[in-house]
Order: sequence, then C-alpha cells, then structure tokens
Amino acid sequence: MHPILKLVFQRLALGILLLFGASALIFGLTEALPGDAAQAVLGQSATPESLANLREEMGLDRPALTRYVEWLGGILQGDLGTSLTNKLDIADSVGKRLGNTLFLAFWAALVSVPLAIFLGLLAVRYRNRWPDKLISAVTLTTISIPEFLIGYVLIYFIAVKIGWFSPLAMVNDSMSLGQKLNAIALPVLVLTMVVLAHMMRMTRAAILNVMQSAYVETAELKGLSNFMVIYRHALPNAVAPIVNVVMLNLAYLVVGVVVVEVVFVYPGMGQYLVDHVTKRDVPVVLACGVVFAAIYIGLNMIADIVAILANPRLRHPK
Amino acid sequence: MSDILLKVRDLKIGATVYPPGEKPRDIEIVHGVSFDLERGKVLGLIGESGAGKSTIGLASMAYGRGGVEITGGEVWVNGRDILKTTHGDIRKLRGGEVTYVSQSAAASFNPAKKIMDQVVEAAVEQKKFTRKVAEGRARELFAKLGLPDPDNIGDRYPHQVSGGQLQRCMTALALCPEPDLVVFDEPTTALDVTTQIDVLMAIKEAIRDTGVGALYITHDLAVVAQVSDDIMVLKMGDTVEYGTTDQIINNPQEEYTQALVSVRSIDHEEKKPTPEPVLSVDGITARYKGLNFDVLHNVNVELHPGQTLAVVGESGSGKSTLARVITGLLPPRDGEITFAGRKLSPDLKRRSREDLRELQMIYQMADVAMNPRQTVGTIIGRPLEFYFNMRGAEKRKRIIDLLDEIELGEKFMDRYPAELSGGQKQRVCIARSLAAKPKMIICDEVTSALDPLVADGILKLLLDLQKIEDVAYLFITHDLATVRAISDSIAVMYQGRVVRYGSKSEVLNPPFDDYTDLLLSSVPEMHLGWLEEVVAHRKMESAGN
Repeated sequence: MHPILKLVFQRLALGILLLFGASALIFGLTEALPGDAAQAVLGQSATPESLANLREEMGLDRPALTRYVEWLGGILQGDLGTSLTNKLDIADSVGKRLGNTLFLAFWAALVSVPLAIFLGLLAVRYRNRWPDKLISAVTLTTISIPEFLIGYVLIYFIAVKIGWFSPLAMVNDSMSLGQKLNAIALPVLVLTMVVLAHMMRMTRAAILNVMQSAYVETAELKGLSNFMVIYRHALPNAVAPIVNVVMLNLAYLVVGVVVVEVVFVYPGMGQYLVDHVTKRDVPVVLACGVVFAAIYIGLNMIADIVAILANPRLRHPK
Repeated sequence: MSDILLKVRDLKIGATVYPPGEKPRDIEIVHGVSFDLERGKVLGLIGESGAGKSTIGLASMAYGRGGVEITGGEVWVNGRDILKTTHGDIRKLRGGEVTYVSQSAAASFNPAKKIMDQVVEAAVEQKKFTRKVAEGRARELFAKLGLPDPDNIGDRYPHQVSGGQLQRCMTALALCPEPDLVVFDEPTTALDVTTQIDVLMAIKEAIRDTGVGALYITHDLAVVAQVSDDIMVLKMGDTVEYGTTDQIINNPQEEYTQALVSVRSIDHEEKKPTPEPVLSVDGITARYKGLNFDVLHNVNVELHPGQTLAVVGESGSGKSTLARVITGLLPPRDGEITFAGRKLSPDLKRRSREDLRELQMIYQMADVAMNPRQTVGTIIGRPLEFYFNMRGAEKRKRIIDLLDEIELGEKFMDRYPAELSGGQKQRVCIARSLAAKPKMIICDEVTSALDPLVADGILKLLLDLQKIEDVAYLFITHDLATVRAISDSIAVMYQGRVVRYGSKSEVLNPPFDDYTDLLLSSVPEMHLGWLEEVVAHRKMESAGN
C-alpha cells in the first residue's frame, strides 16, 4: 500500500477512536452532574415515588454502562433521542440548526481564511515596516475585544445608525441566498474579526521561518519579485502549520459561535444548546456535545491529513 | 561592447556584527578588491573561510547575504555599474545575465516543487524563453551534464535524486537562461571525491560548450586549478595574489599562497603493530532500528596502543556507524569488541565508568559538541571532576596544563565557545577528551569542517599529543590526504564492508582493489590538466574492459 494511504487510514482510525472516547467523556460528565433527567422533568413536583416511577419509565434505573451502549447504538443509527422539554426528535432539530451554523461558519471561513493568509503574506513582504505593524495592531485589537462587545458595537453603528444590515440575523427556508447573506453579514464580520489574528500571525510566523532557507535565496537570485518569492517558494513549505491553525479556527467557527449566535439571535446550534442547557434538557446537551466533538475531531483530522499530503517526501517516495 | 564581462573595482563590503554583551557595530569584510573577467573565461576565487570569496561572488549579483551590504566600489556587468542601476534592472540581471550555483543543492532546491519547474523558472520569469523552449533546453543540459534519464528527471522532486545529481541539476538551473556569467560557489565541496570528479568534469565541459563566463569559488586549490583560467587568492577580505592559474600553482609569489599550495606537509613515519591491540573489533554486523538491511557486514579491525587506525570511506560507507557500535550507542547484531584486554558490553548503559573514561570521542562539529553557556575551564574541568574527583586548585592546575598542551594557554580559561575560532574550539574538544586520560580516542571527521591550514595544525597537535600521552586514535575521515598524514594502519570501507585493511604502506601502494584505486585516483592533485588525465585514463580502462 502507498505509505500515504496507510498514514491517512491510521489517522482516520485514530479519529474514530477519539470520537468514541469523547462520547464516553460527555456521557460520563453528564452522569456525574447532580440530578438527572427525571428530576429535571418533574422539577418542583418531584416526590420519591414519582421520581422512581419516571426513572423506571425512562430506563434511568438501569446501570450507566447499559444506557451508554444503548445511547451510542442509537447515535450510530442516526437516532439522537427525543428532547425532554418539547418531545421533538433531536436529530431533526439538530439537523436544521446544524445546517444554519455550518452556513454561517462556511461564509465566515470563506471570508476570513483567504484574507488571513493574504494579510500574512503581506506582513512578511513588508516585515517590520508599517504595513506589517498596522496589520498586527488591527488584528490583535479585534481579537482582544470580546466578541459580544464587537457584535453590539457593530449592531449599534452599522445596523441601527447607518441601517445597512438588519441587527437580527434571522434566517429561514423561505429566504433567497441573497437575503440570507444580507442577514448574516454582521455575524460573519464579527467572526472574521475574531479568527483573523490567529491565522494571520501563524501564516506570518510559518513563512518567516521558511524565509531563512537556502531555496528562498535561490529564488531571490533568480530575480523573482519579493511577493513571488514568498507566494511561490515560501508558502508551499509553510502549509502544514498554517493548515493546523486554520482548522482550529474553523472548528471554533462551528463550535465556538455560541456567543455570536446569541447576540444576533441566529437560529444555530449555539442558540439551541444554550436554550436547552438552561432547561436542563440532558439528551439535547448530550447530542450537541457529540456533534461538536465530531466536527472538532473531523476538522483536526483533515488538518493532519493535509499536513501529511503537503510533505513531498511522503507524497512522492523514492 | 568590450570583451570584459565583469569588471570589479575597489569593491568594499561591510556587515553589522552583534558581539554578545556589546553594542552592534559595523565591520568591513572585503577591503577594496579589483579584478576583470573576460567573456567565456573562468576566474577562481580561493581562500579560507572568512576570506570574503562568497561575498564577492554574490556582490556580482548585487546581493548581500544576511546583513551584508556593499559599501563602496564599482561592479560592472555587461558595461553598466550594477551598484548604481535600478531595482528592476537588478531583478533582470539576477537569473538572466548572472546566475548562481550554491554549495548545497540539497538545501537550495525547494523541496515542494519539481526539479523542472525550478530549473526553467528564471528563464521563463525573465521572459528569455517560453516555458516550452526552456524545458527543451533544460533537457539538453541534463543530458550534457550526464544526468540519467534526462527527458524525465525533471519530473522528479529534489529528494528523489542523489546529492551529486542534484548538484548537476543546480548547474543546469544556472545555465538554462543562457546567462553571461555563472557564480559557482563551492559547487563540489559537499560531494564525495568519486562523485566530485564527475560533477567537476560536467561543469567544466558545460562552461566550455556554452561559452559562459564563470566565477569559481572554492577553498580547494587543487580543484580550482582544474577549471579556471585565472586565480585570485583572498585572505580576510584582501587580495593576496592574482594571476594566471599556471603562475599561481607553479610559481606562487606570496608566502600565504605558497603555504596553500604546499599544504599537508606532515610527514608521519608508520609504526609497527604491537603484540597486544588496545581495541579489537571482531565480526561486527549491525543495523539501525526499523531498517531491514545491515549497514555493517562482518567488520574486523584492530588498533594498537599509541597508534592511529584511519577508517576511510565515502558517505554511507558505514564508518560513523562503526564508531557508534564501538562507543555502545548502537548495539551490534553480531560480533564483539575487546578493549584494553576486556570484552566491552554492547550496550552503553552497562559499561563501567572505567570503560567510559578510557574510550573518549571527538566530533566533527566542535560548535555543537560544547555547551555554549559554559566557559572553556568548566568544559575541560567536567571530566576531571567526574572521573578523578578533582576540585579546587588541583583541578585548576590540571586544566591549565591541558590548555598548555593544546597550545592555547591559561588566558582561554574564562572564555566562552562563541569567542573561539573553529580551530580553537576543536582544540578545546581535544583537551576535554584528554582530560579523562583515555587509552583511545575516536576522532570522527575532526578536521572536515576546518580550513586546510587550520586542519593541518590540528593534525600536528594530535600527533604530538599521541607521543606525549601514548593514546591510540581511531580516525574516521573521508579525506585521503588526512589519512596519509596521520595513520599507521588503514581500513577502507565501502557499503558497510572493509574492502581493504592493513598497514599504511600496504593499503596505499599497489596492487589495488577496484574501489581503493577509484578512491585514490579521485583525489584532486595540484597540477594543471589532472582532471583530463584521470577522465581519459578511466575512459581508456573502461574501453579496455
């Protein structure tokens, strides 16, 4: 077998193993919390008898391991269980919400990743001169301000004062793509500002590291322009560290958007999770946890595989 | 247009240095050098490290490496002073009119791109040729430079071809845009001698066939004598002597040039073997973890007390692996090692402190073999504490004795490695190993990173110390001149096997086996026309077979 395929399969297997570990951890942690779903349902009206009855009805009186295996079996068949609070099928609700979150994350990534890499290249090209310093200062400022504050500031100035976009990022199926994009413009802007600095700094550092090498000197002595030297000769050799940081930030765009979704009242996974955490809806929290874990592990696995593929020694063995 | 391709007048080059603990200051590293190079001629720039030869070569492309800056003078290429021209014109000059071949092609090729893309890049980018024409030209050059499968080798990545092949690809890269001038910066220094000869011949023929002018930079006078028309000898940024190759080699005027020409003046009488060897290596076979082939096959050698066994071979011959086995870093699969009359444990961890003390090692890179944050006194004092429990005045006295033995003296005691020259660092490493009062020292390429005159000093020192301390050396090297200078017996290694072993006079005199013959005849000799003689001789032999 080609060594690349072998490595990729190894990573895949490792990713799946990790996902099982994460699911066990999530299940175990919710188990360890005081109270259970039966208590949450009954709330103030709980008596020892009614609790025992409900537990038996929900199967909560059985050992944790049995319930974990059942839960896991359900997930593997696409059954995430039903919500305690609204009795809806969780898979259905998550499907719609996840679609919205991915839609937002996709557009935020489409704007921020190329922009971050371009700014990184620019910072290297003019290193230690004013464009470099300006880029660093601006991106570090935006990452340092809490995202909810940026969100409210943008809502106040751009949505309320100027009136370009709606302050609420409500989307539904009846909207056209253009209307949807208009609706999510502000959250995309906020997310971009949050993730830009990290990716830009990593691009800059990774490329500067490569700029010391002899083949960059060779490229300079070929009479290439500075930007060509960086783009054509330095960037391809800096892919691995950059991809790692990009994927971490993509994962953040999916998993970490809770605050931004709440600020803009966007109907995504974050809103969904927050709503049900406050209602102590354990099955929903579990399902969200697993979905987030899967996305996180999946994206990092892609980063690993891209980093492997970026190495010509592995891609083209002797 | 005149016949002068490159005219350099009173070239001055400076750099900013950052001495530890002091303010940065500007120094001058080339002090007013002048020369002319005619179209189609080759000028050799020769000197030791720090002579400024690479810096001068790069100045002909208006380029300064690191913080180096051209501070004065004129550099005329094709009738214009490139130090006064525009930025755009300099970019056209680089990669178009003047190209560069570096010492390490392995580092100078981008690992992420195919060889062909890199070879044609300058020609295409400078709009000299279309991509298609440039590729055709590259294939012609690959063939001319003797590369295997010239039509397809360009589709490979740099790591997929050998070091010698990559060096030829680099030459093709430099010649592809049809430049007027090529700067060759130590293009064969990193290669094995048997590979060097082919690359040297390929470069020489390519220069002749394309009619390109060249600056050939090297520290090896015997090499430059083979390829250049004129030679300029440089020392510390000054011209020492400038003349035709014939005059420099056969009739050097300056003392420094004479020293360079007659380097390796050491004469060492070979000693007879004693009845009891200090080290005997019996039937050692070894492989590295994770590899499915042996890198050493049944190696048998002996080293006698107070003598030197030179282990000579090219890269990949297994000579350094042998050192790792003897020191216990790599336990062998088979065979055993007897040292000072006792069997050595194959595993380093199970060796006694006495075993460790009596068997010391000196490395090629003295810089990285010393802790940069310890003073010379601390470095040499450590084995004294560790093995002999010496403290205070007694230790200090012994350190001073050792510093005297290596001809440095007490004043070096409080210096840090960064304040020493390459030769001085290696001397400190020698003192550190001698401090343990060893019976034997393994010297792994200890002079390879040093300039010839400095290396000579180290070899002389090692021989003197051998007389005083009666220590045996296992001397690992790829350099046959070093072998001649220092050894009593020699083991020639090739692909993990000892192909020839015996006293110095036996090994270095005919009848030879094929490999030793090839190795010995590949060492450049300091006379004009040597390269052609060897190549013609080899052609005749292979025709005869």
